[in-house]
Amino acid sequence: MGNTLFDKVWDSHVVKKIENGPDVLFIDRHLVHEVTSPVAFLGLKERGISVLYPERTFATADHNTPTIDQHLPVKDPLSANQLKALETNAAEHGIPYWGLGHEKNGIVHVIGPEAGITLPGATIVCGDSHTSTHGAFGAIAFGIGTSEVEMVLATQCIMQPKPKSMRINVNGKLSFGVTAKDVALYIISKLSTSGATGYFVEYSGDVFRDMSMEGRMTVCNLSIEMGARGGMIAPDEKTFSYIKGREYAPKEAAWDTAMDYWKTLHSNEDAVFDKEINFEASEIEPMITYGTNPGMGGGISHGIPKAENVDGGVSSYKKSLAYMDFNEGESMIDKTIDFVFLGSCTNGRIEDFRAFASIVKGRKKAPNVTAWLVPGSHRVEDAIKEEGILDILHEAGFELREPGCSACLAMNDDKIPPGKYAVSTSNRNFEGRQGPGSRTLLASPLVAAAAAVTGKVTDPRTLMQADLV
Amino acid sequence: MAYDKFKILESTAVPLPIENVDTDQIIPARFLKATERKGFDDNLFRDWRYNTDGSPKADFVLNNPKYSGKILVGGKNFGSGSSREHAAWAIYDYGFRCVVSSFFADIFRNNCLNIGVLPVQVSPGFLDEMFEAMEANPDSKFEVDLPDQKISIVSSELSESFEITEYKKENLLNGFDDIDYLLNLEEEIKSFASQTPL
Repeated sequence: MGNTLFDKVWDSHVVKKIENGPDVLFIDRHLVHEVTSPVAFLGLKERGISVLYPERTFATADHNTPTIDQHLPVKDPLSANQLKALETNAAEHGIPYWGLGHEKNGIVHVIGPEAGITLPGATIVCGDSHTSTHGAFGAIAFGIGTSEVEMVLATQCIMQPKPKSMRINVNGKLSFGVTAKDVALYIISKLSTSGATGYFVEYSGDVFRDMSMEGRMTVCNLSIEMGARGGMIAPDEKTFSYIKGREYAPKEAAWDTAMDYWKTLHSNEDAVFDKEINFEASEIEPMITYGTNPGMGGGISHGIPKAENVDGGVSSYKKSLAYMDFNEGESMIDKTIDFVFLGSCTNGRIEDFRAFASIVKGRKKAPNVTAWLVPGSHRVEDAIKEEGILDILHEAGFELREPGCSACLAMNDDKIPPGKYAVSTSNRNFEGRQGPGSRTLLASPLVAAAAAVTGKVTDPRTLMQADLV
Repeated sequence: MAYDKFKILESTAVPLPIENVDTDQIIPARFLKATERKGFDDNLFRDWRYNTDGSPKADFVLNNPKYSGKILVGGKNFGSGSSREHAAWAIYDYGFRCVVSSFFADIFRNNCLNIGVLPVQVSPGFLDEMFEAMEANPDSKFEVDLPDQKISIVSSELSESFEITEYKKENLLNGFDDIDYLLNLEEEIKSFASQTPL
């Protein structure tokens, strides 16, 4: 039996195997943010120990930060206190800290790859479920709880049973107007939010090979939404050229050594997976969700399924539609919306802003829409300005905010009001996720842009086709 | 953080027969701003439990005086979503020591095990039996026997075995945590790290 990509990376990081227990797994790089770390640092203090390898640890502020007036003191005292705690803890333990206003500040899963912290073959953890993002580079990356954050701070190791392996192949070519986000939402809609629980996923096939690094990050990011601990894609020339020259990436001789290793990071031809699933690219159209978990979505032209055609509990399904104030069998097209959110660790990268701008260019923001456009980092913000995207956005009546997690989880002031509908490029449409009572429709940046200029759910392909004429 | 040892728990239970209960429902993100582990139980299931004005929602089970106990019984795919350990803390601090479901999300299950909440995965049929027993009699008792890895409905004597690794079982029985274990491996870890470039 041959080795899978996952096996190769996992097995090379096992410090010790515990009989009838978990593996002790060495963690190469640990990302830390303000929300899930304070109790872990407190734990270290109580035990009287310090961070074992601060040079393998990186801290940023993102979940709790405002996205306007970041130069001013944070108004919410609880948020300010949590941000201060991270700054103090980082200083005390000698951890690099990219706080509010720092040029490298941004969403943890956006800045990791940008800084070259994310590397093929590495093990990466963070107290955040969307750590799976980093799998786009052929890393094993997954989210952990605060007890585990403390474990990694104290010992650079984590105790985990080895997950089962799943390969998802998507072959063929994506249709016009279909993006990485649609591919991920399509897979989740087929597998459900628990379909990959217990597994680590490798994405393979033409679609992922053809995809940009940004697109791969979007797909791997959403692995957790089908229950998988993480997802990964074998590194290739695209991966290597993305990494080369970045601050924390290996240089000179170390680069050559790394490249020799990275080129071995793919599943062998005879590798066997516990589960293998195939999809056809041509089956996928722009997606949108109608319910209260990311599996409750479908092609934008398909409408909301009837309860009898849905797997699982009818009462949970009906509870979900009642929350959304939608009915079975309705079309999604033309539903009036109130907010648009472009951003998050799922879709807050430069490619997402390019896609959004491609549709709003020459159009105007619909008067009934409040749009929050939030770059994933200062580097993304800089690129938006350098590429002239900001001018297009301004011309169309949009403003750009400052980086952070923002309305994805609404820990700051960016809350969708009760009962309002938001087309959101983020990752979760759970009840109240974007603010108490908020109603979220997850979609790609193209679908978000089409909604932003029409004020309702609109198939972006109709606007894109009009642009071609 | 130290937790109480877990051995055999006999208790009434609280039913929550909803599927895909995600950690944003268990504790919404806006209540994750503390820097200490304090007060999370007050916001357990906040938006299902309280109206926006802070008054309790009469139809939510935690506000129903008929139901109480140290066992929370949830629908399939319990704990999906965010990795926030605050969800497990809120459950423990509220007074639950055991969560039963027919399926758990991975990170939530790990978080529970790490803080002394026992996640017990049962068959869908047994889960239905539990819900039925609670509906028929809210005072129905259940026994969770960790040494024997067995859960029983006391009144009907129905029981089912559940899985847990030997390692985690020992931890829960003794109130140990993983950090205690890992700190004893310091030399092995340092030697491993020295061979692993940054």
